[in-house]
Amino acid sequence: MSSFSVTEPSNRAKWFAGTLVIVYALVTMVPLAWIMLTGFKSPSDAISYPPKVLFEPTLEGYVNLFTTRTRQTPEFLDANPPQTWYEEIVREYDMVIAGPSKFGERFLNSVIIGFGSTFLSIFLGTLSAYAFSRFKIPFADDLLFFILSTRMMPPIAVAIPIFLMYRQLGLSDTHLGMILLYTGVNISLAVWLLKGFIDEIPLEYEEAALIDGYTRFQAFYKVVLPQAATGIASTAIFCLIFAWNEYAFAVLLTSGTAQTAPPFIPTIIGVGGLDWPAVAAGATIFLLPVMIFTILLRKHLLRGITFGAVRK
Amino acid sequence: MAQIIIKNIRKEFGDFTAVRESSFTIEDGEFFMLLGPSGCGKTTTLRMIAGLELPTSGEIYLDGEEISQLPPSKRDIAFVFQMFALYPHLNVRKNLSYPLVSQGMARADVKSKVEEVAGILGIRDILNRPVGGLSGGDRQRVALGRAIVREPKAFMMDEPLGALDAEFREHMSEELRALHDRMNATTVYVTHDQLEAMQMGDKIVVMNNAVVEQFGTPQQIYDKPASMFVADFIGSPSMNFLRFDGSVAEGAESVDLNGLKMGVPRQMQGASGPLVFGVRPEHVALSDAGDYRGEVLASEYLGTTQIITLDTPNGELKARIDSTQVATVGEKVGLSFEAPKITLFDEANGRALRSHLNHEVLVNG
Repeated sequence: MSSFSVTEPSNRAKWFAGTLVIVYALVTMVPLAWIMLTGFKSPSDAISYPPKVLFEPTLEGYVNLFTTRTRQTPEFLDANPPQTWYEEIVREYDMVIAGPSKFGERFLNSVIIGFGSTFLSIFLGTLSAYAFSRFKIPFADDLLFFILSTRMMPPIAVAIPIFLMYRQLGLSDTHLGMILLYTGVNISLAVWLLKGFIDEIPLEYEEAALIDGYTRFQAFYKVVLPQAATGIASTAIFCLIFAWNEYAFAVLLTSGTAQTAPPFIPTIIGVGGLDWPAVAAGATIFLLPVMIFTILLRKHLLRGITFGAVRK
Repeated sequence: MAQIIIKNIRKEFGDFTAVRESSFTIEDGEFFMLLGPSGCGKTTTLRMIAGLELPTSGEIYLDGEEISQLPPSKRDIAFVFQMFALYPHLNVRKNLSYPLVSQGMARADVKSKVEEVAGILGIRDILNRPVGGLSGGDRQRVALGRAIVREPKAFMMDEPLGALDAEFREHMSEELRALHDRMNATTVYVTHDQLEAMQMGDKIVVMNNAVVEQFGTPQQIYDKPASMFVADFIGSPSMNFLRFDGSVAEGAESVDLNGLKMGVPRQMQGASGPLVFGVRPEHVALSDAGDYRGEVLASEYLGTTQIITLDTPNGELKARIDSTQVATVGEKVGLSFEAPKITLFDEANGRALRSHLNHEVLVNG
């Protein structure tokens, strides 16, 4: 090579890195792609062997996901011709739509509980991280360690005490109960991550704002918050992903009004046999909010992960 | 604009005392320098005036009003930070508007005021740029603009030129001084650079180890240092200290230096023991008539003048003489000192002995 640079990677290194990234992406993307494809298959295509990559797409899975159906006599079916495209799909199995399924409700529960707990974790986390970062707090180090120690065991290890506590307090199967629980798990992560981000923001900005005639709190939300946006965004993604995907506590503590989507989706299997396309359709829809949220905050996330690595 | 009176302020951080009982007065419209080595308490003093730190004890008067325990927003003081501290998420215009918006000024007034200040500082064409991409000088101007836009009672500046490179600093210090003269605003300026302090300041406070060593005009501080620290810190090369054991009586006009009689300003205070004979390099002359002799060790050519380093019976000494005068290394030469400019120090406490030269300065210092 005629010109050699220490910092610029060689073409071979770039090629190697590129290949590695593509292979890794394939490994992680194939299962997701398979789930999405299965959602558009008919039940027989979904379980055919060898697996079908090319198939005739149908919305059957989605229709089954959102509806409950009953079998009817041929007389009834003849007397009531199908009115809509989704009824036509159901008729192929001599069934009629009896009503909407619980999926919509459960999905909404997931949204309320997931975003609610994320908001609460970020709100409390930012305030306490700011306090830890800027104020002299007695036993600050011990408090921070104590906060971190809540993550030193798997949360499910305390499932039974929480189950009993929630029953006593009437928090079982309530939105509030689940929001509080996920906030409790996420808050330690939020405080620690955000403290790091706020520590990086020079004190001078706030002092300048104080001098410019703002109160401490105004300085916090007009100057510190915009500076911490990157950290807040990446912390929010981590919190949302945990709360959104949480399964064990959701199974244990919710069954009706506050049940989230993760424990609901497997119950589809029990209703009409092994309806894999409906399960896959549910999983696909379930993935979307986190995906959209992450894509929206992607720019911040990338900066967030490398934040503070290089002094600007 | 306003007068600032500092009365016995003291600041402790836990066991550490950052500022010990300090008092001085900053007159209306003065360009006032807080000078000292790092860690001497000058920045803490500035931050106490601005309200970013609250003094442990003592009083601060701004325009006759006691403000030492008020929050910064209630003091009407502007602050220019060393690292500028421009709000990075806002553009130049918004940075300049910020202090006005906080006071609830009408939007049209804010706009015209910002335009006016931008005109003064010559940054009108960058008003809509984000602050991230600005050069050091422009950042500095924006930081100054943010300070002057509000027309506060006083400006605090914490080494505002420290982040600029040497070449640009010179230019910016002129700009700063011109801006001050135009606005005639009371300005308190922290620096560790004695040259900067001498060039720009109307008055200087020299601090060391949490105490005020001396307070006066640049000339007073240079010619009539109140302590060995000040004499050493100010001037380049700094004042020569010829150490000797002896005594000096009140009213004396000479001291006995190694058996030679050396003229000094008429003393108003007697002392004995280890004393120091302080003389600035430019007050040393090479003359064959002088009985006090030294050996030339080196000479540095500086254009019109040269600095000669000599070995004397009382230690090393530097003389600033005309560069036309010849001084050969190794040669023994006679030296004479300009008697009215001499300061005697008591080495035990480092303080200057009072004489006709310095007594007015020492009284208010």
